[in-house]
Amino acid sequence: MNSDVVVNITNLNKSFGDNHVLRGIDLQVQRGEVVCIIGPSGSGKSTLLRCVNMLETPTAGTVVVLGRELTDIDCDIDEARAHIGMVFQQFNLFPHMTALENVCVAQRKVLKRSADEAATIAHGLLTRVGLVGKDNSYPAQLSGGQQQRVAIARALAMNPDVILFDEATSALDPELVGEVLQVMQSLAQDGMTMLVVTHEMGFAKGVADRVVFMDGGVIVEQGPPSQVISAPVEERTRAFLSSVLNH
Amino acid sequence: MVLVVDWGRLQSAMFQWDIVVEQFPSILTNAAKNTIIFTIFGFAGGLSFGLLFALMRLSTVRPYRWFAATYIEIFRGIPLLVTLLILGFGIPIATGWRWPNPYLQGAVPLALVASAYMAETIRAGIEAVPKGQMEAARSLGMSYSRAMITIIIPQALRIIVPPLTNEFVLLIKDTSLISVLGVTAGTRDLARFGRDGVNSTANATPLIVAGLVYLAMTVPLTQLVAWMERREKAASR
Repeated sequence: MNSDVVVNITNLNKSFGDNHVLRGIDLQVQRGEVVCIIGPSGSGKSTLLRCVNMLETPTAGTVVVLGRELTDIDCDIDEARAHIGMVFQQFNLFPHMTALENVCVAQRKVLKRSADEAATIAHGLLTRVGLVGKDNSYPAQLSGGQQQRVAIARALAMNPDVILFDEATSALDPELVGEVLQVMQSLAQDGMTMLVVTHEMGFAKGVADRVVFMDGGVIVEQGPPSQVISAPVEERTRAFLSSVLNH
Repeated sequence: MVLVVDWGRLQSAMFQWDIVVEQFPSILTNAAKNTIIFTIFGFAGGLSFGLLFALMRLSTVRPYRWFAATYIEIFRGIPLLVTLLILGFGIPIATGWRWPNPYLQGAVPLALVASAYMAETIRAGIEAVPKGQMEAARSLGMSYSRAMITIIIPQALRIIVPPLTNEFVLLIKDTSLISVLGVTAGTRDLARFGRDGVNSTANATPLIVAGLVYLAMTVPLTQLVAWMERREKAASR
């Protein structure tokens, strides 16, 4: 297999009871590629993302990340997840820890870095996401945009090979969306491999290398944003785009 | 009603000042001290085993869940008094085994029952932590147990401080049941001390004093809980 393939999803199926959410997804993500997944709610895009790090267990199919087959029952899932960053819609920062501790805790407990090393890295990453002087703030003292940036720093601290963004800006007040997108854009420019579920068409258009449109648990259309967003071929893609762009 | 009561007689039967004075200092240095020892032992034991049973209840391993659920049902379903008598008297009679220490004879059954109640409190606390917390911890590569210890349990403990303080108050009062066991003079709790005082003085005053000492311990704690709950309410507004 091509060693530049970071994520390789084959015939992925996921059902919740009778609800067949993913119906045979095939998707590859290359190193350094930014793939945006768009689609109406209920199309299965978040479930797809959550299958990539096995927060949801697929019903059938395989997920291979950097040569590790996560869907293999013998796979050390904790070890694999340490290399897959995830940023959640609701941030999910640890409320009993400061921003710095949030970024340090997994470095210490999973990567076994020393306290000093972890703190130095965490401080550097908080600075990189534009949070200067917030090391000792608790999540409750930060705005949504600041919290999400701490969450991105927390993911970066693990030196992930790919980061999954699950509607990272959907829970934010409109005026805070920009600061988070800006951080995501700078990561993309630095060559980070990213799989992004988003409703931000501007971001998808400007930053994505490839846009994947999902509906009804299948990939309907994919390609560069100039094609999928600006000149969609499929009727369902056109209907979706006109509904989100005109509202 | 108030007018019919013979206040003088009531006072001479229930609150004779010289008998009140007689109770001190040993009601504090001996009886209250023992009540506190029983309570702290019961609470510490109940908290440790309660945490264990709560984690077993939430485990994906079925036998663990069954064991914890059965344990909790049994010890919450049998009155503490009966458990005390079975473990304190019944087991030694049946097996010839003797409790090595009169404190343990009362404190161990108390801790076993307390752990069943606290397991349910702790489980509720763990379940009250949003499930995104576990997902975030797992997505960073932490194992389930590591995430529990580092992320979930510290948050759960914060949530359950008020209900656990209430458990502590209940335990203070429940230690009075230990007085049914044949305890030595040195290990008497407050209730037993009061009852023995009634026998030796032929007057109810010692029980009233014991009741007041209980109140001196429980009221500050229930007020503390009320304060914590008010603060919580204000914070979540």
